[in-house]
Order: sequence, then C-alpha cells, then structure tokens
Amino acid sequence: MAEVHDIEFKDMPARFSAAASVAGVKPISPSSTPSPESEPDLEGEKMILNMGPSHPATHGVLRLILELDGEIITKAQPDIGFLHRGDEKIAENMTYTQFIPYTDRLDYLAPLANNVAYALAVEKLHGIDKQLPERCQYIRVICCELARISSHLLGLGAFAMDVGALTVFLHTFTEREKLYNLYESMTGARFTTSYTRIGGLSRDLPPGWVEQCRQFLKEVVVNIDESETFLTRNRIFVDRTRDIGVISKADAIDYALSGPNLRGSGVDFDLRKAHPYLVYDRLKFEVPIGSVGDCYDRYLVRMEEMRQSVRIVHQCLDQLPGGPVSIPDGKTVLPPKEKVLTSMEELIHQFILVTQGENAPAGEVYFGAENPKGELGFYINSKGGGVPHRMKIRSPSFVNLSILSHLLPGHMMSDTVSILGSLDFVMGECDR
Amino acid sequence: MEQAQKLKETFGELLAEPTEFRGETSIKVLDAERIAEVCDFAKKELGFDYLIDVSSVDNLGEDPRFAVVYELYGMEHHAHLRLTTVVGEEKSELPTVSGIWRTADWHEREIYDMMGIRFRGHPDLRRILMWEGYPYFPLRKDFPLAGKPTDLPEVAFTKAAPLEGGPFVTSAGAKDRIAREPRGKTFEK
Repeated sequence: MAEVHDIEFKDMPARFSAAASVAGVKPISPSSTPSPESEPDLEGEKMILNMGPSHPATHGVLRLILELDGEIITKAQPDIGFLHRGDEKIAENMTYTQFIPYTDRLDYLAPLANNVAYALAVEKLHGIDKQLPERCQYIRVICCELARISSHLLGLGAFAMDVGALTVFLHTFTEREKLYNLYESMTGARFTTSYTRIGGLSRDLPPGWVEQCRQFLKEVVVNIDESETFLTRNRIFVDRTRDIGVISKADAIDYALSGPNLRGSGVDFDLRKAHPYLVYDRLKFEVPIGSVGDCYDRYLVRMEEMRQSVRIVHQCLDQLPGGPVSIPDGKTVLPPKEKVLTSMEELIHQFILVTQGENAPAGEVYFGAENPKGELGFYINSKGGGVPHRMKIRSPSFVNLSILSHLLPGHMMSDTVSILGSLDFVMGECDR
Repeated sequence: MEQAQKLKETFGELLAEPTEFRGETSIKVLDAERIAEVCDFAKKELGFDYLIDVSSVDNLGEDPRFAVVYELYGMEHHAHLRLTTVVGEEKSELPTVSGIWRTADWHEREIYDMMGIRFRGHPDLRRILMWEGYPYFPLRKDFPLAGKPTDLPEVAFTKAAPLEGGPFVTSAGAKDRIAREPRGKTFEK
C-alpha cells in the first residue's frame, strides 16, 4: 500500500519551493508581486477567469472577474446587478403596506425576517413601534428566529456542498422542508410569506401550531448536531476553511460587515443585544463570536447561532401571551376583515388605508434589524402621506460582498468557493 | 445627541442645528464640499468607525436638488448619527468618503449609478447595478417607473457555444437533427 502523506495546505511558500526543487527550477514566491522583466518564463502571463454569473458556487447571479497568476488570485472584481429589479423605485410608487410582498423577495431564504424588519421600520416612522401588542412581538421574534434557522441551514448546507460535502446539504434541506410546512400553516405560503402588516400581523397562529413548532425544535437540534459531526472535525472541510479568507477585526468594521461575518471576525456586535427591538431584551441568549475571522470561524458562528435561535424560540413559545396580534387603531392598521364586512367605521378605515395608505408623518428614520445575513436596514424618507418619498434598503449581502475585491487576492482559485460559501450572501438582496 | 453637539462645537457655522426625530439625531452639513472633513473628524475623534449606509434622495423641484445621507455608527459607544448634505443638480459632485470608510466604495458607486451624483476622488466610480453604458439614472424622480427603452448591453459571449452545430444541438434557423443525421431518415412519418 502506498504511503499516506500528510498534506499541509497552509504553508504555500514551502510547498512551492518543494515542488520547484523536484522540478529543478528556481522557486518563486506566491506572495511577492511578480516581476515579468526579471523572470519572464516562470511568471508567464496573467489569466483572466470569468466566474459566473451562473456558477454553482456563486449562489445566484454573481459574476467574479478573477485575474490569476497560475492558481493564485491577484485581482478580483465582483460584478453584480444581474438580479436588479428596482425595488427602491417601486417602493416610491406604492403605499407602505403594498411593499410588504416585495420584502419577501429581498433575502428570499429568510422572507419572514425581512417582513418583520420592514414592518418595524415603517412602525418606527409612524411612532407606533412601542404600542405593538405583546403577542405580536413574541410571534415576530419567533418569525425572525425560525427564519434564521432556515437561512443558516441552507447557507451551511450550500457551503459544505461547495467544498465537497454533499451529504450535509441534503441533510439540512430535509429539516428546512419541515420549517416550510410550519410557515405554510402560519402564513398561508411556504416561500413568499408576507406575514407582517404595518402595526401587526396578517393573522394569528393557527390552532396546534405551537405544538408543531416545539416538535420541530426537538428535531432540528438533532439535525444540527448531526450536521456538526459531518463538518466540524472533518479533515477535508477543516483544511479547506481554516485560515482561508481571514478578515481582521479592523477590516470587518471598515467594510461594515454585519451579522455572522462581522462576529466571525471577533467583533461582539449583535443588534438584538446592542439595540434590542421587539422583546429581545427579555430573552436569554448568547452571541457567539469567532477568534480568527476565517471561513471556519464564520461556519462555527452560524452553527452556534442556530442553537441560540432554538433557545430563543423555546422561550418565546413558553412566554407567548394571548391577546390581539395587531394594534387596534383603524387609522394606521388594517382592521380585521370580519369588522370590515359588518361595521361602517371599519369599512371607511379600510377604504382609506387601501386606497391612500397610512398617513405617515414627514421625517426620516433608519431602522436596522439583525437578519440572518446581517443588518438589514431601511432608510425611509417621508414627506407625509401614504407613500415614501425615498426608501433605501441597506442590504447586508451587498455590503458583505464589497469586501471580496480586498479579500480574494492572494488566495488560491479553489479557495474562492470556500470564501463565497462562508460569506453566505443572497443576490436577490444584494441587487434589490 | 452628545456627539452631535461636539461636532457642532467643532465645525460651528458649517453645520445646521442637530434635529431629533424618533430618537435619531440628524445634522445637516451645509457645504457638501466639506463632508469628507466632517466625516473624518467624526470617525477619528468621535469614534464613528462603522458607516452603516450612504443613501441619496432626489428632491425634484427643490434647490439644491439632491441630498446625500450618511448613517454613522460607533462600535464603542453604540451611538447612531445621521449626516445629511445637499448637492445641486448642475454640479452634482461632492468629495468621496471611501478613503475614510472603505465600505463607502460600493455605496457611492450605487448612488452614482442610481442618481448620477459623482464622488470626487473615488477610486473606481463605475456603474454597479446597471450595466456600463446605460444612459439614465433610474432613481431620479423624473425617470418613469416603467423605465425607458435603451440599447441592450453588448453580449458577453458572441462566439458559438461549443456544442452548437454538433449532433445534439439545433440552432435556430438551421437544419434540425433529423435532417442533419442521415440515419434518422429511416423513420416513417
């Protein structure tokens, strides 16, 4: 049987000189900038490689223009915008409530969390975010955390699949299917949930949903543990992610990364802790942070975040109070349907709200929520009336991807896949 | 609010009085040419090391027409501050802050792409969401929601796909598989 060699992936200059000594050529250093004048034969010419827009590892339509020296990336230029639909322009031309379905299509792996973030931003503008009924707040937290579990399950599965572990993807996808069943009974849709309304929710939880959710939480913990045994100590996975794509703390802040990518770099910042919205200040949970800032740390942070989300949902289900799910104010919040059909005043309110929109005060607000991908923020500039004058969506994927041209150079071509997988972006949100 | 007051004390007449709405503090920088200076001070002296977002507003009919909005945040003191400034249409240019926070790079490209406001000193001011050569600025208020017809961008790959003309691919207008493959004609119709 052939001797098994221990391959050291990290020490690239050593490997280069070892390979060069076998081949009998002068070693070159991958880190130093090539000088074509001195060694024209060895350096060769740079190759431009076009990765994407439809490449399995780009998770959507991201195009990377990579300049390669051999297998080392010397320059990377992301090209985005293939999924641009003009959401911000659309938002200026409709009422606040009408835009809710568009938020489903931002980060389409966590539509519920987008719905919540958007509703909270508009409620902040109206100044009604503190009046939300308790039950509504708890259900919204449940929405956010289930969305986080769902998004991380897919993100990790796809990440593992990109670096060669296909099983994890199938494994986590099975679990996500159960989540979609929960969404379906809660919102009526599996994917495009549009669950929140300005000042409340479109409907209450259906009977028996809490028990179904508890059952899911029991099962998902097992699934997370199993996925972890597939990956955390997996030699191939560790070799392909550890010390790859290291983002320093200073860089992470300078590039304004958010979410697991920021925390993976060791910055202890979570909007749920720093500026608790909804009822996050009443819930106990930890914020995992990384130490090195490499792909492996970002993976570990997501793994732990899912467990913390399970913990949060458990607490919410325990504390879930009764009562209404929407603010009982017909001037800003759509009245319940049965009242609209039987009572004159509610019918008038409904008519005004649907045709003209909620009359917002003039002013500008920014609200950022801790979404699975990072800080999803809405800047709303209102001149009064039912339509925003300008709405800017601060999408975490857009900001997280902006570090690529800084991060990729110096890595091997195949590391691109690990780095993209660990950044966990969604192009629907990036391009808006 | 505390940081806003410090900023106001330092720059005096350059800044308008800080305003508060829904618990957020906004300051208007009256001269857009000095926005980078104010941002630099806010980052280095007041600890606003995290630039959340840069956005732009088109106030069509007002003069100056455009507003640029910076959402600043400090990782140490967890305070938020909004800086706004205005730019006229004929000039539509202001200094970049991408040298202060590198995250501003893409935000400013997006503003250039969508609103047509240029950032002086930006390292790579190109369109980001629309394609290179697109003639309009779609987020301006005078651009219609339905869009305007334009030439499509040049197709990236104009050469024939590798399998085109081969036995498995039928190109539009060319002979189909049966016609190309003599043995296929044995079938009775």
